[in-house]
Amino acid sequence: MAKKKTKKIKEKKVKLGKSKETAREKMIGQHIGYRYDVNLLPDYKKITPFLKKYVEYMGWDDLNWLEDVHMGYEENRPAVFCRNANGWVTIPKKIKLPENQQDRDMIARELLVKFQMSPRHPLVDLKKAYKKS
Amino acid sequence: MANLKNLSKKSKSQSMGMHTEVLKGRTQQRFFDSEESENFYYFGNYDVDFNKRIELDVKNMEAPQANKKIDELMSQGYGTIVIKNPQGKHSLGVGILNKLNLIFEGSLGYFGVGSCDGPNVRITGRVGWSCAQNLMAGKVVVEKNAGSSFGAAIRGGDLICKGSVGARTGIDMKGGTIIVGGDAGAFTGFMMQRGRIIVLGDVGINLGDSMYDGTIFIGGKIGSFGSDAIEAELTSIDKEWLKRKLKVAEIGENFDVNKIKKIVAGKKLWNYDNLEPTEKKGAI
Repeated sequence: MAKKKTKKIKEKKVKLGKSKETAREKMIGQHIGYRYDVNLLPDYKKITPFLKKYVEYMGWDDLNWLEDVHMGYEENRPAVFCRNANGWVTIPKKIKLPENQQDRDMIARELLVKFQMSPRHPLVDLKKAYKKS
Repeated sequence: MANLKNLSKKSKSQSMGMHTEVLKGRTQQRFFDSEESENFYYFGNYDVDFNKRIELDVKNMEAPQANKKIDELMSQGYGTIVIKNPQGKHSLGVGILNKLNLIFEGSLGYFGVGSCDGPNVRITGRVGWSCAQNLMAGKVVVEKNAGSSFGAAIRGGDLICKGSVGARTGIDMKGGTIIVGGDAGAFTGFMMQRGRIIVLGDVGINLGDSMYDGTIFIGGKIGSFGSDAIEAELTSIDKEWLKRKLKVAEIGENFDVNKIKKIVAGKKLWNYDNLEPTEKKGAI
């Protein structure tokens, strides 16, 4: 047991700023940083028929901006970040999520496109209120 | 000075409750059906046809006039617009939130095709400072050289320069991919937070200075590394992605990707304010 304790202390010393991050996380009650790999490149074998159609419609050669979209977490629920609304869009419970992150990312991309193009997106209201005539 | 036009706009948003709504500490709940009808463009935007082509000569137009005309043509369903005589005008082709094939036959000045979301743009000449800044989505191809702050703060999409670019390429970028066929200046990837930069040629000093996250790929010589930028191992996934992306970019298809160096953030600057003084010294 004593050996394990000393190992843990050594790890803390190596990871610069790690202990401070934890203290700050405790103070603000939130996790700092990402819970998923933001640099993960997409696996094009996993692309969904909807995304294929979207890419073709836009005249792009690949997923373009969607390469940066990943399935993340908000309040411990799977969610995808919508940069246009500056908020997380939680995934409906009825959608069963696969274990593989690449498959999950493709679902997140599809859902995000559908949300952004929906007439119920918050930007529709903002456009009504502020668009120059 | 306030005018009547501004007052009427304010009252419109106020009447929609946007100024009295308490946003602090609450989650906005919006429900939508994930299986609602397929729609590939923003609500209220134009469904244009790539096969519907038109030419627009902007020689005697001011930039705002030309941009308004582009919007008008999109509203008529034109999906391919060829701009003749751009003559290095500033702020041309900005704020396009639509699918579109936009071709500039000539060079652009400062802030060309800024704040766009979706279009495929081709510029046959050169571009000035801050080309495609804040690009959200789409593809921008510059056939010749580009000025400084190329792709400043882009959030998504592919930005390609077949020639060389100036300093601070991809400064503050938060996503997307910047591909440079030639060389890049100092402070490439300065304060980048996410996304990818590929430079097939050489780069200047302070590469990736204060980068928070993201990846930089360099094919040539590196002047020097900036604070917290470190070299990482190039994986097989990286190589596969690089080959595919260079094909998309129409440059360096035969470039040996094994020669490329991968640069990432050392992440020592994360939560910098919370570090002890001795840790701060080691981080910079």
